[in-house]
Amino acid sequence: MPSLKYHLRFPEEKVPSPIVYEIGKEYPVVTNIRGANVTETTGWLNLELTGEIADIERAVEGLKQKGIQVDPIELDVIE
Amino acid sequence: MTGKIKGLKCRECGRAYPADPIHVCEMCFGPLEVDYNYDVIKQTLTRESIEKGPPSLWRYIDLLPVEGRATVGLDAGYTPLVHAKNLGAQLGLDELYIKNDTVNHPTLSFKDRVVAVALTRAREMGFETVACASTGNLANAVAAQAAQAGMRCFVFIPANLEAGKVLGNLVYRPTVVEVEGNYDDVNRLCSEIASKYPWAFVNVNIRPYYAEGSKSLAYETVEQLGWKAPDQVVIPIASGSLLTKIWKGLHELHQLGFIDPVTTKLHGAQAEGCSPVATAFKRGVDFFKPVKPNTIAKSLAIGNPADGYYAIKATNESAGSMDFVSDDEIVDGIKTLAQTEGIFAETAGGVTIGVLKKLVKNGLIKKGDVTVAYVTGNGLKTQEAIAEFVGRPVRILPKLQSFEEGVPHAN
Repeated sequence: MPSLKYHLRFPEEKVPSPIVYEIGKEYPVVTNIRGANVTETTGWLNLELTGEIADIERAVEGLKQKGIQVDPIELDVIE
Repeated sequence: MTGKIKGLKCRECGRAYPADPIHVCEMCFGPLEVDYNYDVIKQTLTRESIEKGPPSLWRYIDLLPVEGRATVGLDAGYTPLVHAKNLGAQLGLDELYIKNDTVNHPTLSFKDRVVAVALTRAREMGFETVACASTGNLANAVAAQAAQAGMRCFVFIPANLEAGKVLGNLVYRPTVVEVEGNYDDVNRLCSEIASKYPWAFVNVNIRPYYAEGSKSLAYETVEQLGWKAPDQVVIPIASGSLLTKIWKGLHELHQLGFIDPVTTKLHGAQAEGCSPVATAFKRGVDFFKPVKPNTIAKSLAIGNPADGYYAIKATNESAGSMDFVSDDEIVDGIKTLAQTEGIFAETAGGVTIGVLKKLVKNGLIKKGDVTVAYVTGNGLKTQEAIAEFVGRPVRILPKLQSFEEGVPHAN
């Protein structure tokens, strides 16, 4: 089953929310946090999502709708 | 030289990996970079052996991540370090130098360096196809050098890119893929393609090797200054990789005993319309907020830069600074450099010179400091940025009288 790697950034107002838990409940994807740094004002996560590609894409869209910045783990590759 | 490459190492957790075409740590997802065995390198590499090398970045091959000989981009690098006496006099600096990558080969930008290393490494790893995602200089360098190397080449661009920029790539006959969507869509697609296809995607799975090519700018600067590190350097920031690799290159030369301990101050330069890294630095934080670029400095318009965090870290380590300039200041910087030193830089060069001016004005660079400004691309590539700001020719009839009456200072 495919796995994709993402870098998530949380704005201050979303820091207290259990976003990763919610995504795992709302979409058929396995969430796996591999790196993180969360403070009172901001936070980031390196997150692996495993599932069918279409489900992963829906989960990513769901994260964006919750106000999370979601990027490929490489960030911008266009130079 | 055999045994110089230990492998790859995670920049976050330090986990070691073999020197394969991989770029992300499987443990923490941090970026990987090349780890060298400096004890092996030290045994044979000397200043003198470097000075006997070819007039290209390959004179530093023992410090670059290739195992065999150089096969691609043989003329890249070793560009002039110009003592900018006229610009220096205007700014009040005695020891100002321009590292002039506007004349890099084959495609007139510093990307020729990183691509020469990336494609040489890709070839020795057995890749037959190379790819990149780019809107300008990187695409030019990859397409040209892939043509020379006889490698299949794919260039991915957003579908709304200006026609002139597409043409500059098509001439080398790569497959140019226009992706319907915005920059984010192209980024996402390229990450997925790079993980699925057995290609050398120079700024994705080959990135650990590709990025090392930028170290050659530090090596050349030091050698051209008589094996001395500069006091101050001004470096444009796009992904942030260039700045971090110049820092790494300077420290490697010290580690090898070629120069004294590094006291160089790094100064990062961005355009105001795309300044996520400089803005974070000025706020005193080590994380940046991604932005949607809006600047004439297209070659620096990376809103979510992969090495932004590491650029801030290196600049802090050096006790340096970061700043940004407006589009007007960029144009002014391009004109100033052209009119004082005869060097026509693209917009990124205008950013560097604009920030250099600010640094002098703010007292961060002193009259006697040995200062190097990195000018990374040729102005012929971004003529549209200054077209309205350079005046018009004086038009006359083909008569001597018309010349003498119509042309100022003719007599």
